[in-house]
Amino acid sequence: MEGRTVSTTIQQLPSYLEAFLQLQKQSPVHRQESWFRAVRESAFTSFCQLGFPTIHDEDWRFTSVVPIAQATFHLPEYDSDGVTEDDISAYRLEGLAAQLVFVNGQYVPRLSRLPVEHKGLRVSSLAEAMLKDRETVEPYLSRYADYSKEAFTALNTAFFKDGAFVFLPRSLALQEPIYLLHLNTGSATPRMAHPRNLIVAGENSQATILEDYVSLGAGVSFSNVVTEIVAGEQAVLHHYRIEREGTDVFHVSTLCIQQERSATVNSHSVLTGGALVRSNIQPVLAGEGGNCLINGLFISNGRQHLDNYMKVEHRSAHCGSHQFYNGILDGESRGVFHGRILVCEGAQQTDSKQINRNLLLSDTVQMDTKPQLEIFADDVKCTHSATIGQIDEEALFYLRTRGLNEAAAKGLLLFAFASECLERMNLGLIRNYMAKIIMRALPQAKQSEVL
Amino acid sequence: MAMLEIRNLHVKIENREILKGLNLKVNAGEVHSIMGPNGSGKSTLAQVLARRESYLVTEGEVLLDGKDLLAMKPEDAACEGVFMAFQYPIEIAGISNAYFLRAALNAVRKYHGRKEMDAMDFLPFYKGKMKLLEVDESFMTRSVNEGFSGGEKKRNEILQMALLEPKLAILDETDSGLDIDALRIVANGVNAMRSPDRATIVITHYQRLLDYIVPDFVHVLVDGRIVKSGGKELALTLEEQGYVGVETEARALAVAV
Ligand SMILES: Nc1ncnc2c1ncn2[C@@H]1O[C@H](COP(=O)(O)OP(=O)(O)O)[C@@H](O)[C@H]1O
Ligand SMILES: [Mg+2]
Repeated sequence: MEGRTVSTTIQQLPSYLEAFLQLQKQSPVHRQESWFRAVRESAFTSFCQLGFPTIHDEDWRFTSVVPIAQATFHLPEYDSDGVTEDDISAYRLEGLAAQLVFVNGQYVPRLSRLPVEHKGLRVSSLAEAMLKDRETVEPYLSRYADYSKEAFTALNTAFFKDGAFVFLPRSLALQEPIYLLHLNTGSATPRMAHPRNLIVAGENSQATILEDYVSLGAGVSFSNVVTEIVAGEQAVLHHYRIEREGTDVFHVSTLCIQQERSATVNSHSVLTGGALVRSNIQPVLAGEGGNCLINGLFISNGRQHLDNYMKVEHRSAHCGSHQFYNGILDGESRGVFHGRILVCEGAQQTDSKQINRNLLLSDTVQMDTKPQLEIFADDVKCTHSATIGQIDEEALFYLRTRGLNEAAAKGLLLFAFASECLERMNLGLIRNYMAKIIMRALPQAKQSEVL
Repeated sequence: MAMLEIRNLHVKIENREILKGLNLKVNAGEVHSIMGPNGSGKSTLAQVLARRESYLVTEGEVLLDGKDLLAMKPEDAACEGVFMAFQYPIEIAGISNAYFLRAALNAVRKYHGRKEMDAMDFLPFYKGKMKLLEVDESFMTRSVNEGFSGGEKKRNEILQMALLEPKLAILDETDSGLDIDALRIVANGVNAMRSPDRATIVITHYQRLLDYIVPDFVHVLVDGRIVKSGGKELALTLEEQGYVGVETEARALAVAV
């Protein structure tokens, strides 16, 4: 449009408005949860006012969402019937506490496995919890993901139909992981889904939660996820996220983490799929002595655009945050690492470290890396480093002189690079699962026989 | 037929001629030692035999059991039985020695149409070799050479050789950085592999290693050519007289040519 990229207006506003009105009439959760209606409406208004972000917005400098803004996406009908047990057999794991399955943003009880009764533990559909368990949900839902400033969060808050609700009572240490599987079936017409997850870890509780976004079919679609995590005092939470949808999917996800005193949250994020992906990870270290690890890996190929954005807010003293991100870029793909660290006044003794390492496999890729430190306290330790490099030719030759062919040797070196991310995960079921997923996603995986 | 036959080998690195017409014949069962001053081209020769493709061969040929070695990729040369112990082994973070070696061993076995080794069979085999080289079992899980001392790296090279059982082993200054105990252990490892159908080329600067690995032939490499060959006593002469004498001879030779 006359070469102008500035456009905060929402070109497809009528279709969003229509969809919103339709939801209010038809969706059970939108009709019945009257207590949340005001939030929905206010979020929708906020979305209309904010519009989609543009590259003139500092937080979106490297990622244009024009393709999302220009398209018309429809809300899916309720149609999980097509998905069978066979379709998801590859996503079943032994040794889980529970597995909730969602199809295009909608909970499917038929495919889900709930945990054994545990006093006070709740693992369910969020829509169901909103209808039946308002007292538990209301104090947390939408209190941390700020829809007044972030358009995608506003959109999600207005539109979400369902997602997971996990509530860990005080002092419960859940050993087995909870697996939230979000399936995108694809469709002939562009479709959108706004999964919303709420995870509340009570004081001194512990759990491991995996969110996995997978495509079962092709077709342009838009997944706009918001997950709110509230980690109570001294809670320990391991959160894993995989984005491996098809390369015709626009995927925006926002993970808001609220950490109370001495809470530990380890967030691990692996992006391999999607066409245009933006992952926001936004921990707020609200209480003293909190610790947050943001560990990530992205593997891009073809024309993928994978943007890893994080904003860490140190609001209290004696907190630590570590961000480690590794990127592997091939083809004509583009990667972004944008790590914002805010150290608020009074957040003394903050210890923050940020490392971004990237491996470029072709000369037609582009990697933008941007550390951004905003420090308003005087007694803090903040370091950051970023590197961009190629495969080490000396290492490649060394491996080949021992008999490995070039593809296998490359595969091994890539896996070693990716392993830096794996090694920061706790040993166990989910790490092994992640290792397999990462291996398959590596550019050399197909040629390499060793892996 | 010789196992290895190098004829009139000329090699350029970044447009500078480093090997200038090198000839060498190694038969199965033999141990050859190549000695020579720093920068004479010893490592270049080793790397070319291991098929570093960035080193440009401008003339000559190399035959391995009659096959054109120079046409091989590094992995093919390895599978055909060439093993080069690096003068400066490479550190590779994130890959354990055990994983790497099993992958390498299986690549070689596969090349020869042999069954691959699973972890169950591999471990005892690996541990046996570790014992032979008096290497701590923690080697298995440590990343390839990462954070290894100089001596540990050299031992790891010989450990790899012991596992891969090459027919032609080229040891590039494996003795540098080793104390006398380690030297003895490494030499034992090499000697354990000596057999009528294997050959070894020992590149070294000092005669000491040759007390333990006794060579059948010693060659002196000066300025890209072998200027003198002899039996094991040549190493002793060199140790006493240094390379000055042979260097002068070499220059005279170069003028004569
Ligand atoms: N990668 C390289 N790039 C440029 N020159 C090299 C390289 N490797 C070796 N050389 C040069 O080749 C010559 C022979 O080196 P080298 O084979 O390592 O000798 P040696 O092992 O006998 O000490 C030296 O002059 C050295 O500087
Ligand atoms: Mg050398």
